[in-house]
Amino acid sequence: MNTSAASPAESKDSAKGVAWRSLLGRYGTLVALAVLLLVNVLITPNFLQWQTLFVNISQVATIAIVAVGMTLVIATGGIDLSVGAVMALSGALAPLIFGSAFGMANPVIGLMLAIALPLVAAMACGLFNGIMISVLRVQPIIATLILFISGRGIAQVLTNGNLQTFSNPAFSYLGTGRVFGLPFQGWLAVAIAAVAFWLVTRTIHGRHLLAVGGNERAAELSGVPVRRVKIGVYIICAFLSGIAGLVVVAINSASDAARNGNLMELDAIAAAVVGGALLQGGRAPVFGALLGAVIIQLVKYTLLANGIEDEVALIAKAGIIVAAVALQQGRRE
Amino acid sequence: MNSTTEDAFDLRPLLRGSGQTIGVFIALICLIVFGLLRYENFGGAYNIASFLNYNAMFILISIGMCLVIITGGIDLSVGSVAAFSSVCAAYLSPYGLQVALPAGILAGMAFGALNAFIILVLRVPPFIATLATLLGAKGGSLVLSGAETIAVDWGSNFTKLGMEKAFDLVPWSILIVLIVAIIAWIILERTSLGRTLLAVGGGEEASSLMGLEVGRAKAFAYMFSGGCAGLAGVFLASGFGAGQPLEGVGWELSAIASVVVGGTLLTGGLGSVTATVIGALLLGLVFNILNFENGRGTISLSAYWQQVIRGSFLFLVILLQMRVARQRTTKGLAPEKAEQSHASG
Repeated sequence: MNTSAASPAESKDSAKGVAWRSLLGRYGTLVALAVLLLVNVLITPNFLQWQTLFVNISQVATIAIVAVGMTLVIATGGIDLSVGAVMALSGALAPLIFGSAFGMANPVIGLMLAIALPLVAAMACGLFNGIMISVLRVQPIIATLILFISGRGIAQVLTNGNLQTFSNPAFSYLGTGRVFGLPFQGWLAVAIAAVAFWLVTRTIHGRHLLAVGGNERAAELSGVPVRRVKIGVYIICAFLSGIAGLVVVAINSASDAARNGNLMELDAIAAAVVGGALLQGGRAPVFGALLGAVIIQLVKYTLLANGIEDEVALIAKAGIIVAAVALQQGRRE
Repeated sequence: MNSTTEDAFDLRPLLRGSGQTIGVFIALICLIVFGLLRYENFGGAYNIASFLNYNAMFILISIGMCLVIITGGIDLSVGSVAAFSSVCAAYLSPYGLQVALPAGILAGMAFGALNAFIILVLRVPPFIATLATLLGAKGGSLVLSGAETIAVDWGSNFTKLGMEKAFDLVPWSILIVLIVAIIAWIILERTSLGRTLLAVGGGEEASSLMGLEVGRAKAFAYMFSGGCAGLAGVFLASGFGAGQPLEGVGWELSAIASVVVGGTLLTGGLGSVTATVIGALLLGLVFNILNFENGRGTISLSAYWQQVIRGSFLFLVILLQMRVARQRTTKGLAPEKAEQSHASG
């Protein structure tokens, strides 16, 4: 995605420090990943084991799936704070459906509905966000704040706030299945990123998406259906959050509306930004988001595996977010 | 002139902010009247005092948030910062209020300064910068407290602040909130710093070209917001007898909601401290009344429903605000122009 052709010309007429910053901004993500891996190989006990890989893949997959959606939203110059709440909602719905009397009587149809209906509900949330933002012209932060506040509440109302445990091997495949020896949801995340990459780079919709983020007014004047593009992107983001919500529930064989997707909006935004998404819009580095999710997961894992508390990991995450965005600013200059 | 919205527009200079301010004020009065008629204990001294005491924290952070939003920014860190300073204050409570109170406020202001540094020097957008300090302050307070509540020293005079009344009349917390609100109002309405805050929100580049101290004004707004959050944290520790590292989740949203309900434009450049306080009171009162209904067993809502109602309420207010904004633009009165007419009038 990053062409190095322009960099010699740039570094010639800019001061040395700025060139450094721009270089770091360009390849910072990869450098950070390499450093993280090296540090882990050196200090983390039992890092080079399959088990470590599986744990990290299954944890990073949900962040990556949501981060891809977030990247598309950010590419239009928006933001979606409701992703965690949407995860909670779709995760709460699934066990309700396959665990209902109808679902028990018709396991196959029940299972299909338990995957389809939560995703439809998630897309309805995205439609709501999209209409608020593009038709009513509410700022994305505020528009998605509404579902951020009430979405998790709706999920808890549906479940009475109870933890729903279940055993449904077919559904749990989403979270525990293996394909070619690697966790199913890892493949799912990569497949989703590949589709999103294709969408952005090879289709007219992708052009529209980037045009809206680059300059909305200009896009509108040149005939881009701005409203439809924006509504569509929030629906996609909510749909992917819905999938992530189902995966989390399947991993745990339990659905907890209070915890499912909690703070996911922060992880997803951080992953997107670390991966090179510009908050002003106009760029959609989909595989960057995947990389960003991996870095955030690795930092979390490194700290935890070395006995450093969860709380310190929060501070580290904060530092990563600030550093990534500050470097972005450097790149723009 | 014959419709209520017309009247609202004419009365606007009384309470600065967008045209909705009067509407919010009327809504507040209607709610109070409704409460007084429906519940016998509603107007009782106990309910009023506990209501105000509890909402003091939210009013405080809403005032700080208002100043930040006026500059076109946002401060998502207020809740975690309040939790952090509640832990600081609880640790220092044995040395008495005279140490713990300033320490809590300073802790909050330090986070405000950190926000300002990240936003102004590292040029990170306010949304992301304050998101990061949200995480940082949360991590910090958990590390500091070992993720446990820190009991305050009941022997010192620290708990006076949250539990006793000044001159046997008003709770200390309410008196202090009133003072902070008046200070914020004076700064915004009567000083050149306040003019600069409004100008920065109206158009940052233009303000900077006109030679206004944009950076200093923004730094002030974030530090003021941090200080308010710190003070709210002190109230939290003092009123509930413990430093609470896990509190403050979602406070930033309540504050943003209060500011929005008060008619402050989220794009910046226009806003009012008075209206924000009214907005915070209105939001608090909606929940006070819901609790009364719950107490009578008429609706028996779970805490989960309250979240849903909170979101729906925000939704309604945003719809109203959008309508007001649209009406104004169709009248050919852009928000900036309305602001200018206030300034001259």
